[in-house]
Amino acid sequence: MALPEIETSCTESNSSIRFARGAAAAFPIMLGYLPIGIAFGALAVQSGIKISDAALMSIIVFAGSSQFIAVSLIGSGAGLAALVGTTFLVNARHVLMSASLSTKLAGMNKRRLAVLAFGITDESFALHSAKLAREPAEFWFMLGLNTAAYLSWVGSTLIGAALAGRIGTVAGLGFEFALPAMFISLLLIQLESFRSLVVAIVSGGVSLLLYLLIPGTWNVIIAAMTGATLGLLIDSAGLLPHKAAPDSASHAGNEPKG
Amino acid sequence: MSSENLLPYIAGMAVVTYLPRAIPLVGLTGRKLPGAVVAWLRLVPVSVLSALLVPAILAPEGRKLWISIDNPYMLSAVPAAIVALKTRNPALTVIAGMLVHAIITRTG
Repeated sequence: MALPEIETSCTESNSSIRFARGAAAAFPIMLGYLPIGIAFGALAVQSGIKISDAALMSIIVFAGSSQFIAVSLIGSGAGLAALVGTTFLVNARHVLMSASLSTKLAGMNKRRLAVLAFGITDESFALHSAKLAREPAEFWFMLGLNTAAYLSWVGSTLIGAALAGRIGTVAGLGFEFALPAMFISLLLIQLESFRSLVVAIVSGGVSLLLYLLIPGTWNVIIAAMTGATLGLLIDSAGLLPHKAAPDSASHAGNEPKG
Repeated sequence: MSSENLLPYIAGMAVVTYLPRAIPLVGLTGRKLPGAVVAWLRLVPVSVLSALLVPAILAPEGRKLWISIDNPYMLSAVPAAIVALKTRNPALTVIAGMLVHAIITRTG
C-alpha cells in the first residue's frame, strides 16, 4: 500500500523542514556569536593556547563566558580544580534554564532531551522559551536551532584562532549589538502583562546591581530567581491585575512533536 | 603553560558544563511538579531575558555603569525596541539594531 510510504516521507521531510526552520530562527544568535567567537579564538591563541585546544573548548564545552574565563585562568596557571570549579559556577545558571524548559517538553524521550541539553545557552534558551510559550515543542526545530548556533560558535572560534593577531576586531559593524537586540525583541514580545513588566524591571535592576558588585555571572541567576519569585508573589497576593496565565491555553495538546 | 596538555582541563570543563544543562532537562521533564514550581519556572524566561539585557545595555564595557548618550548600546536600544514592538520579529530587530549600532559607532 502506498500510505505507509507517504507517511514516512512526510515524517522525514517534516523533520528536515523543522530542522531548517530552527536553523533559520537561530540567525540572530549566529550573528551575535560571530564577533564573540572570533574574539575568543584570537584571545586563546594569543594567550598561548593551541588552536586545536581553543577549538576543542568550543566544540565540547560550548559556553562563551566560561571559555573566556578559562583562558585567563589557564594563562595565570590555575590548577584543574580551580578551572573546573569556576567553570561549573559560571555555567550554573543553566540549571535554571534547563529546569524552566523542562516544563514545556513533556513527552519528549530522554535521548532527545539529552541531545538538546548540550545546546542550552543563554541565547538558545531565550529563543526556545519564546517559541515554547506559543507552540508545542518540536524536537527537530530545537535541534536545528541549537546546531546552527553551535556551528556558528565553533566556526567563529576557528576563524579567530586561525587569524589571531592578524585581523582587527569586527567592531563598527554592529555585531556587538546583535545579541542585545535579540534579547530586546524576545523580551518585548513576552511582556504581555503588567506582572511580567514588573518582573522584568526588578530582575533587570537586580541583575545590573549585582553585575556591578559581584564578579562572575551570579547576577543572572540571582536576578532571574528574584524576578520569578516576585512574579509568583504578585500572583498569589493578587496585588496586580494581569491577564490569565498565558500557558493555560497551551496545556491542551502540548505534546512535543518530532 | 601553553605546552601543557589541556585535554583533562577541557574535558573537565565539558562535563561540569553539560551536567547542569542535562540533569534538570532529563530529570524534570514530564514530572508532575507542584503548580507553584511550574509557575515559578515559567517566569524564568522573562526574568532571565531582562537579567541578561540590562547589564548588556547599561554596562556594556567593563563592569561599570555607562548611562550616557555616548553609549551606543543605549541609543541603539531605542530604535531596536521600536522595531521589536512593531514587527515582533527577532531577525528584523537584530538587523535594524545592528545597523543603527554600526552607524552610531562609526559616526561617534
